[in-house]
Amino acid sequence: MSALSIRNLNLHHGLLHAVRDVSLEIASGEVVTLVGANGAGKTTLLRAIAGAHPPSSGAMMLDGKDITTIPAHRRVGMGVALVPEGRRLFTQMSVEENLELGRMSGRPGPWTIDKVIETFPNLDARRKARAGTLSGGEQQATAIGRALMSNPSVLLLDEVSLGLSPIAVERLYDSLGALMKSGTTILLVEQDLTRAMRAASRVVCMLEGRIVLEGATTNLPREKVTEAYFGLNRERAMA
Amino acid sequence: MINTIVQGILLGGYYALIAAGLSFMFSVMRIINLAHGSLAVLAAYGLLVLAQTYGISPFLGLLIVLPAMAVLGLILQRLVLDRAMRAGQLVPILATFGLAIVIDNTLFEFFGANTRSLGNFIGALAYDSIELPGKIYVGKVAVGVFVLAVIVLVGLQLFLSFTRYGRAIRATAEDPDTAGLVGINARTANAVASAIALATVGLAGAALGMRVTFTAYSGAEQLLFAFEAAVIGGTGSIWGTLIGGIVLAVAQSIGATVSPQGFLPAGHAIFFVVLLVRIWLAGGLGAFLTRRA
Repeated sequence: MSALSIRNLNLHHGLLHAVRDVSLEIASGEVVTLVGANGAGKTTLLRAIAGAHPPSSGAMMLDGKDITTIPAHRRVGMGVALVPEGRRLFTQMSVEENLELGRMSGRPGPWTIDKVIETFPNLDARRKARAGTLSGGEQQATAIGRALMSNPSVLLLDEVSLGLSPIAVERLYDSLGALMKSGTTILLVEQDLTRAMRAASRVVCMLEGRIVLEGATTNLPREKVTEAYFGLNRERAMA
Repeated sequence: MINTIVQGILLGGYYALIAAGLSFMFSVMRIINLAHGSLAVLAAYGLLVLAQTYGISPFLGLLIVLPAMAVLGLILQRLVLDRAMRAGQLVPILATFGLAIVIDNTLFEFFGANTRSLGNFIGALAYDSIELPGKIYVGKVAVGVFVLAVIVLVGLQLFLSFTRYGRAIRATAEDPDTAGLVGINARTANAVASAIALATVGLAGAALGMRVTFTAYSGAEQLLFAFEAAVIGGTGSIWGTLIGGIVLAVAQSIGATVSPQGFLPAGHAIFFVVLLVRIWLAGGLGAFLTRRA
């Protein structure tokens, strides 16, 4: 059974049809990367899975249960956690308070503040610091830590490397490596194609709201992904 | 002069108590509740009815009135504030303004124009006083209200800083959308915040009724004092609210000694001066109005 199953999902931003008839199956423990140009609908899709964007039509299932109409705050308790684009930390609160908030859903599991800090050692010295005063890398680590604190079975990561220095990105992916092998199902949005293809076992490419290409990272040539990404030779990519 | 200041400080305790709920609601929900004063008067009438009709002392009456006010807060949040908030920033102000008019006139309809007080139901406590060094006499009720104000303000701060619900309320205040993404039900968080705010309003109503007298239309004045205290002290800080209340009340008390008519003008003057200084410190009116964004 799929951990996450999306069927014919349509999402709108007012008049804009942002996600068009998207269907996607993600197996338990799988790491899937979602790529695509700006405006392809990646963030909207992730927010819809988290429950922050109500769909116009279609269905979403989590471990076989229909979650389409369940509000975001209850999906967290069912095991869906989103690390939103732009991190969206509570800037007036300390790192520890932000992490503590991740536990609001009360979902049992292994994650504690200490374990998050073990995973992201750069946070150790900043435990009491206000989230608004952190560096980009520290903020991103806090945002991921906050999501992990809810002990998710499906983790949605939206552009976690955005705005970070190359060293910070390297460090972040090092920390995520262990997480990706731990059996958590991960859906990742990433702009850096090389990194995206290295991190995941499967790539899904979106263009103008539709999925135009998907396949295992091992037997998908990079050029083909690039073509789908920019919408070149659309017929060939669809084939 | 020292006597004036001491009495002013104690009156400031009452202002801080009534301002506590107003600034709590503003800082966690971004709502300026214009029905705040009228709700305090409503609570005072509630205690009056319990005392007059059922012979329940106002202190025991709080055991009924405070939970009732908290429930009223939940209902208010669900039926009025939650809907009004979704319609824009101005709508909650208009909605609570309308609510204040409804409460005031309903109270007038039931209780008429007579001036009331809870003083008759608390025995000698109403006029008992404590002698301080220097032959200064302070009322026991006034001292009690001051202590209560400090307890309420410190309690609210501790609740927000160190409890699960307190953190959830702060997170919702900062970013309701993201609060939902970490598993917080923003509506519940706001409902809890409203319930707490209205419970403090109930305490303020009791303090009002025991200290002085009130009528059905006393709400507007209580709102004005709470608002001035909150602005002088700045919202979002417990000691700010207490100091705001004290500054307002001391100014009023000194004004009253200068001229019998000086009580209100002196209070408004200090409010106006502090407001101008705050605008000047923020770097002009434009910067002052947009500083939160």
